[in-house]
Amino acid sequence: MFYREAGQFKTSYKADQAMFPIFQDKIFVAIWLFIGFVVVPMLANEYMFRAIFIPVIIMALAAIGLNLLVGYCGQVSLGSGAFMAVGAYAAYNFMIRVPELNPLICFLLGGLSATAVGVIFGIPSLRIKGFYLAVATLALQFFTDWTFSRIDWFTNYTPSGSIAVRPVEMLGVVFDSPMKKYFLCLVFLVIFTIIGTNIVRGRIGRAWMATRDMDVAAEIIGIRPVFAKLSAFAVSSFFIGVAGALWAFVHLGSWEPLAFDINLSFSILFMVIIGGLGSIVGGMLGAAFITLLPLFLNQLPVWLGINISTAMISHLEFMIFGALIIFFLAVEPLGLARIWQITKEKLRLWPFPH
Amino acid sequence: MNYGLLFRALLICVPLAISGCGQDSGTDSGTSGEATGMPSNAAGVIVDVSDANAQFVPVLSYRTGAYAPNGAPVANGFTDYLKLINARDGGINGVKISFEECETGYSTSRSIECYERLKGQGPTGAAVFNPMSTGATFAITEKAPVDKIPLITMGYGRSESRNGGVFPWNFPIYGTYWTAADVLITHLGNINGDINNLKGKKIALVYHDSPFGKEPIPLLEKRAEMLGFELLSIPVTHPGVEQKSAWIQIRKQKPDYVLLWGWGVMNSTAIKEAAGVRYPRDQMFGIWWAGSEPDVKPAGADAVGYQAVSMISSGQARVHEDALSYLYDNGLGSGERDGVGEVLYNVGLLNAALVVESIRTAQSKYGEKPLTGEEVRWGIENLDISDEAIEILGLTGYMYPVRLSCLDHEGKRAARLHRWNGESWEYSSDWISADDSVIQPMVKSASDTYAKEAGISTNACDS
Repeated sequence: MFYREAGQFKTSYKADQAMFPIFQDKIFVAIWLFIGFVVVPMLANEYMFRAIFIPVIIMALAAIGLNLLVGYCGQVSLGSGAFMAVGAYAAYNFMIRVPELNPLICFLLGGLSATAVGVIFGIPSLRIKGFYLAVATLALQFFTDWTFSRIDWFTNYTPSGSIAVRPVEMLGVVFDSPMKKYFLCLVFLVIFTIIGTNIVRGRIGRAWMATRDMDVAAEIIGIRPVFAKLSAFAVSSFFIGVAGALWAFVHLGSWEPLAFDINLSFSILFMVIIGGLGSIVGGMLGAAFITLLPLFLNQLPVWLGINISTAMISHLEFMIFGALIIFFLAVEPLGLARIWQITKEKLRLWPFPH
Repeated sequence: MNYGLLFRALLICVPLAISGCGQDSGTDSGTSGEATGMPSNAAGVIVDVSDANAQFVPVLSYRTGAYAPNGAPVANGFTDYLKLINARDGGINGVKISFEECETGYSTSRSIECYERLKGQGPTGAAVFNPMSTGATFAITEKAPVDKIPLITMGYGRSESRNGGVFPWNFPIYGTYWTAADVLITHLGNINGDINNLKGKKIALVYHDSPFGKEPIPLLEKRAEMLGFELLSIPVTHPGVEQKSAWIQIRKQKPDYVLLWGWGVMNSTAIKEAAGVRYPRDQMFGIWWAGSEPDVKPAGADAVGYQAVSMISSGQARVHEDALSYLYDNGLGSGERDGVGEVLYNVGLLNAALVVESIRTAQSKYGEKPLTGEEVRWGIENLDISDEAIEILGLTGYMYPVRLSCLDHEGKRAARLHRWNGESWEYSSDWISADDSVIQPMVKSASDTYAKEAGISTNACDS
């Protein structure tokens, strides 16, 4: 009932090719944008901005980026932490070495540096597949860990290898308060989501998906695997690189190479898997799930007034978190995005199911 | 599998569960207030965070994860002292202390989350943060000036942050890593008769590959250049259970001394590996975070003769007797009775004592009421703990006098070494002073660089 598209006629090609062809989807997106841009800034306090919304938004950007590679093109990567690190350190170096550059340009240049690294490390994907590729991208992770902690030039010779940056200034605005930072991240996320959505439903995205589903068949129908795979690596790394620059400059403010270690790569991959492979919404849902659930579990006993030690809470948090991941994957292996899709299908028929 | 059925079940269950949660939280929080406030033995010792007349002290701790064996005793000592002040003295000049622990797992991102969660609690917000991790200190250093909450980083953190002119909110009281490194070099000089006899020697630094481990490197490089010894820096990846290659390198290079800059399981592993390559343990010297019971006990007899620089060693002073009688006899202790008086317990206790004395100092100016972070900052900067004050604290023989000023947020520049004899730690040197003529110029140049990059002034002390 709620999702019935009966009566919505597409009378032009433009209407047929719209990003959200169904009216209800447009309303949904509008509601979410309204919540993001109006409701949250009105209601959230500093803790919610800094500990919840900003990390979730940046991680959603990174997860969307990885989803382009893993979910749409089928190339498993364990190097997202590395791409984030490249984005962050490249943006930092552009900023201190060419002080005239606008931070916005530095962030994008950081993303482009990640693209370059991504294309180079994507070359093995032309020969190796699946788990073997995952291991090859793992090499990139260790390589960047080593590079940024050993080559002092990248950290501008700071004695402890830790970088501190001042709040970024773009277009005459200094992004120092949590709310300004939140808006900055949200604008980035919206723009990149639009770009991502349009890439995956266009020629390039179709080439990726064809390669993912069966690369031999894709090659036979005229898709060049070199182009498909390397472009997936390039676009995905760009997204993740920009997310890395935001993570470092906007969220952390001061970071060390350990901030972009293998654990970050794993958690982004988990976001993509739990959120739903091959879905833009999935990246966002996965990022929210993986980032927020531990915080929620950690604070739940306090809210319920249960008096147990912090160590016990922490242990419980890990156990319940793990159990919930297994539960979700067992119930819906296609991820949260699929649950959302099923919900929509149900709402289409509700309250009169067959 | 019938997803439809499951989905419908979910649709029904979720709203029920949510409404159930709401009710639970309503009723439970009512009873928990009584639960923490009412029992007779706990009365006035554990104060609720919402108490409008209590000073709130946030506690970042790690009782889980790879560093838990070291993090837990520090947290026990810290919270025990806060409880003891409530139980024995009825608070600081009558102002009770409330605290809340937040588990960080030694992770920087989790520490930031805890910082954000706790900074606004209590009637006046957090009094002072003790991040208990150098990585977290770096991150919170950027946030503290904005929130106007001071940081006490006792024996860790940024070495150059002792310069209050650039870092008004950072207080590395009781020793920075540069002080510790210089004390160790001075001690090695003493062993060799004169510090200039280190010329031509080879000193290896085995360090935790993080900001914590890298902190002493600039000072050691400077000292190597001045004194003509060769410095060998060998990193060990977090958490430090795998360090075979480091010790093969040491076996090949045969350094005269090894400085161990580790934390957690890395330390005991290093001592075992040293025994494995037959490197003499009495030529190994640890940082104060590598000189406690969990570092040597797992290595057993291999650890005998190992030494470390120390902020405070093991043992029980008068304050410990109070902790035992007021807290542990009433079942209010944070940890096990046996843990009272261990090195890291004492570190936590000393840290809490500095916090409490800072608040007491601030009360002398701002009045005996819960104070804001900004007011407590003044108290820390004017902290002056003399020998008489140490006697009152019940820490005689365990503490060195500290006196802070705007230009010196460290307060003292001396430390002792202690040696593990297989049973306990015993002091193996007298108080050794670091050479400030070496450290001061480095602090100046490093903090000036920081100020330039961060775009802040260097003369916060002049105003």
